[in-house]
Amino acid sequence: MRTPLGQVRGLGAARSGTGHFWLQRLTAVSNLLLSIVFVSVLISLAGDSHAAVTATLSNPVIAILMLLFVISATVHMRIGMQVIIEDYVHAELPKLLALMANTFFAIAMGLSAVFALLKISFGV
Amino acid sequence: MVQLSLPKNSRIVGGKSWPKPAGAKSVTEFKVYRWNPDDGQNPRVDTFYVDRDDCGPMVLDGLIYIKSKIDSTLTFRRSCREGICGSCAMNIDGTNTLACTKGMDECSGDGTVKIYPLPHMPVVKDLVPDLTQFYAQHASVEPWLKTDTRAPGTEWKQSREDREKLDGLYECILCACCSTSCPSYWWNGDRYLGPAALLQAYRWLIDSRDEATGERLDDLEDPFKLYRCHTIMNCAKACPKGLNPAKAIAEIKGMMVARQF
Repeated sequence: MRTPLGQVRGLGAARSGTGHFWLQRLTAVSNLLLSIVFVSVLISLAGDSHAAVTATLSNPVIAILMLLFVISATVHMRIGMQVIIEDYVHAELPKLLALMANTFFAIAMGLSAVFALLKISFGV
Repeated sequence: MVQLSLPKNSRIVGGKSWPKPAGAKSVTEFKVYRWNPDDGQNPRVDTFYVDRDDCGPMVLDGLIYIKSKIDSTLTFRRSCREGICGSCAMNIDGTNTLACTKGMDECSGDGTVKIYPLPHMPVVKDLVPDLTQFYAQHASVEPWLKTDTRAPGTEWKQSREDREKLDGLYECILCACCSTSCPSYWWNGDRYLGPAALLQAYRWLIDSRDEATGERLDDLEDPFKLYRCHTIMNCAKACPKGLNPAKAIAEIKGMMVARQF
């Protein structure tokens, strides 16, 4: 029995969203630059031996660029997927569960990649 | 989840085909969505034939011909018949537009004029959508001048340059073609304000005379109210007045970012 204006106002403005919007653009720019580096490294390593690959990835500059790529891509992936879930999943509980799963997945994937890179880089 | 198919009682079934007007030399076929809330039937698409020598060139002229001469129960809104009132907004030939400014000859394909109500809105009857929520969204952006300074004895002054910033915004006639063409509005119309309301919000945000810019931005800063716009651009494509709501929304997002840094 709420009035149309009451329904539209709903719970009011969350006073957030700009940070999310800005972070998506920021990581889009960093992804653009870092993916060029990532693809270049991949191409230069194509056909090389395991030893040559680990040697390249243990170079601090290459390793840091690879780590930055993983972090930037994972953050971008997580917040992008969040928007898609919010767009299409409307029931409150499934939405919250999907948002949690999205965060867990992004952290697990990102951390696995970071761990693998560090292990190769430090050679332990 | 988002509902991708129509509920059973909304599925369109075959409709009635009315006879061609006797003795007509030039005839245009109209396929028109019909739904009557009182008869318990599913929606249907009726076929009408309009005598082009007996009516004007616009789609609205054809609809008026049908209502006057073939089936007086056909229900649609119209008023000014010159693109300034926004009443006759409907989906014609696959695009939301005004029936009064769309020529029958402009319809693509086999020359058939296909007409449905504005998409994804509750239908009152035939081509009349329920725009209650749409108007409430417009009201929610408080589309009037807000000031704290005492009103001057004469008018509030504005430079020519500042007045020009309102061009491309003030012309909006609130026909709802843009909002009802937006997929994001279809999925989240209960929380996303939609392109029309946001274009109006920007019209007041950018008005040099308004003193409530910060409060207006506060009220829009929300993941749904504003940020459901994904720059799909259907709004700009649909607008029968040639306005660009997507650009207005991008400007609002720009203002949001600008006050952060």
